[in-house]
Amino acid sequence: MAMSSTIPTPTTGSPGPGGFLVTLAIALIIMLAGIVVSVVCAVAVFAALNAVLPDIKLVQAVLVMLLGVAACFGYFWGSNRILDTIYPARGVHIADNINKANGIRPWLFLGPAVVILGIYLVYPVVNSIFLSFHGPDGRQWVGGANYAWLATDAAFRESMFNNILWLLVVPAAATFFGLIAAALTDRIGWGNLAKSLIFMPMAISFVGASVIWKFIYDYRAEGTEQIGLLNAIVTFFGGEPQAWITLPLWNSFFLMVILIWIQTGFAMVILSAALRGIPEETIEAAIIDGASPFQIFYKIKVPQIWATIAVVWTTITILVLKVFDIVLAMTNGQWGSQVLANYMFDWMFRGLDFGRASTIALVIMAMVTPIMIWNIREARKDMK
Amino acid sequence: MSTVVGNRPALTWAVHLAVLFLVALWTLPTLGILVSSLRDKDQLAVSGWWTALTASERNIVARAAPPDEAEEEDGRWVLKGNVFEGSGGKAAAFGVSSREPSAFAVDETAELRDGATVTVAANGDYVVAYPQKPEGNRGQRIFVSSVEPPRFTTENYENVLFSEGLGKSFINTMTVTIPATVIPILIAAYAAYALAWMEFPGRALLLATIVGLLVVPLQMSLIPLLRLYNEVGIGKSFIGIWLAHTGFGLPLAIYLLRNYMAGLPREIIESAKVDGASDFEIFRKIILPLSFPALASFAIFQFLWTWNDLLVATVFLGNNEEQLVLTGRLRELLGSRGGNWEILTASAFVAIIVPILVFFAMQRYLVRGLLAGSVKGG
Repeated sequence: MAMSSTIPTPTTGSPGPGGFLVTLAIALIIMLAGIVVSVVCAVAVFAALNAVLPDIKLVQAVLVMLLGVAACFGYFWGSNRILDTIYPARGVHIADNINKANGIRPWLFLGPAVVILGIYLVYPVVNSIFLSFHGPDGRQWVGGANYAWLATDAAFRESMFNNILWLLVVPAAATFFGLIAAALTDRIGWGNLAKSLIFMPMAISFVGASVIWKFIYDYRAEGTEQIGLLNAIVTFFGGEPQAWITLPLWNSFFLMVILIWIQTGFAMVILSAALRGIPEETIEAAIIDGASPFQIFYKIKVPQIWATIAVVWTTITILVLKVFDIVLAMTNGQWGSQVLANYMFDWMFRGLDFGRASTIALVIMAMVTPIMIWNIREARKDMK
Repeated sequence: MSTVVGNRPALTWAVHLAVLFLVALWTLPTLGILVSSLRDKDQLAVSGWWTALTASERNIVARAAPPDEAEEEDGRWVLKGNVFEGSGGKAAAFGVSSREPSAFAVDETAELRDGATVTVAANGDYVVAYPQKPEGNRGQRIFVSSVEPPRFTTENYENVLFSEGLGKSFINTMTVTIPATVIPILIAAYAAYALAWMEFPGRALLLATIVGLLVVPLQMSLIPLLRLYNEVGIGKSFIGIWLAHTGFGLPLAIYLLRNYMAGLPREIIESAKVDGASDFEIFRKIILPLSFPALASFAIFQFLWTWNDLLVATVFLGNNEEQLVLTGRLRELLGSRGGNWEILTASAFVAIIVPILVFFAMQRYLVRGLLAGSVKGG
């Protein structure tokens, strides 16, 4: 990443603010023309082929994929072509033309990405703020009513409380288990196989994982044979079977286990790479000084990978704030297990109140923001 | 590092055992649903999956043929049949009342009130004999506790794929996933190249924005986009979800690819420039082929993410046969078939098998992508 600085370009006659505007305007025109033409072409080809090809969804999907790629390529090729036609790299103005083209070209490369990011991620943030001051249908101005409602709403407080519990437990536990797994698997011959298996839940959807764990938490009345693993173990040791996911407060922890199970592999993979990146000399020195393996781990290795631990921790923290599938699938927020993301979904789909739902979404956003700022600062440090 | 432990055999064993324990903890849950999905549903309902290989005891209630059908035999009216109705099993005991379902051993004779007798043999054959010609069309109930051999079947899979709608959902998920995985790649690759190797005002700001957008919660986007989609007229359509997944995947794609491209050797690009290649050519002929590992990393991320997504599909697709994806179907089944574990386990396995296969096949790229995205200096 150290090499991210750019190739020096000749800067004869750098454009002033007016020149910049002209550059931008030309870039915009070429970009829009390119996007419109390639999208229209792709849609036309799709319509034409769709009439001929059999009406099978997968065929259409593959067709869309191919046309999508073709349209992207067509756009990039076409827009570059137009630019080279307007500012040809030959003739009397060659130096000037090359400079102008170089000023515009990055924006042609970035164009589609910036447009899509703007529509799908930037505009929604602004629009959500707007909606949070409006009523259920998003039309009527209600001032701070949604925020006032939030402050007194019991279910919101429950969600906040649970979210904080999740935030305290899941990143810590997943990072901890990941660190242990990384340290242990690096020492044995079949470590890579073990890593693969611990990493595997990462590929499983939250809903799939919920089914897997709901089966483990399954409850049958006392006296009948338990088919859920947890209750079978509990009854084997003479305990009473419990309907685990209906126990208030405790159920949150049983749901957290699912996310920890999924995320430990992620933590393990990254921490394992960091552990292997530790300079050998520090460890050798410690061995010579007679440090035990545990001392080496806690006093030599862990302090050297703090930065990576922080990255893992924050990544999982963000995931925790956004996770809703598990709660939706396991309890749907019943028995005191509600979390913000699911509560927002609830107001959006069942409450049909876009104002309140947007307000809750903004709370989630506000909780993510400190990490976002920290990430940006770290990234900027890296890129220098 | 192995030298540290190498001369301490006890510690080595402890490490092996600890890893074994971790691996068991992390694989058993998935193994559980795989085994369960292949078991006979009656056995699955009464015994834990870890007993799948042992014979299981089962109590069944069979009903003998209606008394009307009894035939005379040596002065008694006799009904014959098999309590298992051909499904196999080994009777251990039987009874004729629900209070004492296993009062008699096999081959014993149970007497009923009206002088009739019931006998059940070990193979399940029963004989009900009446002293007079019986009447009525409700057969005598026979309670049998049987020992059954473990039974495995693919019936559950046939059931979920063809009658529970999983097959259709599978196709719907593929329909969402294929374009949504591929389309963002090229868009992101060009943007990443511009951010890594071209100079323009606002580049640093744009990079910072993309790093910031990496963590914007999806929840923010749902309502504004839903409203936008409804206005444009692409609400509840595949085109809407393809675009949505493209948009949500772009920040990670650009970030990963930019980091990778920025690490490519500067000399290659410079010498190409000296030879008169344009940025467009450099990108297409040099950068794109060299970036294949990063492209593959992102493709796997995006594939796993779109395949496993529930939120975006619930919001932007309809809840009907033609649009319900696997995760949505699974969630519905959890609600409507909460206790039918043969259906839930088989469905879950159908939903997770493709990502797991992709995961094992492409793990290398996935790990590489994770490291590039998260470890400083990657």
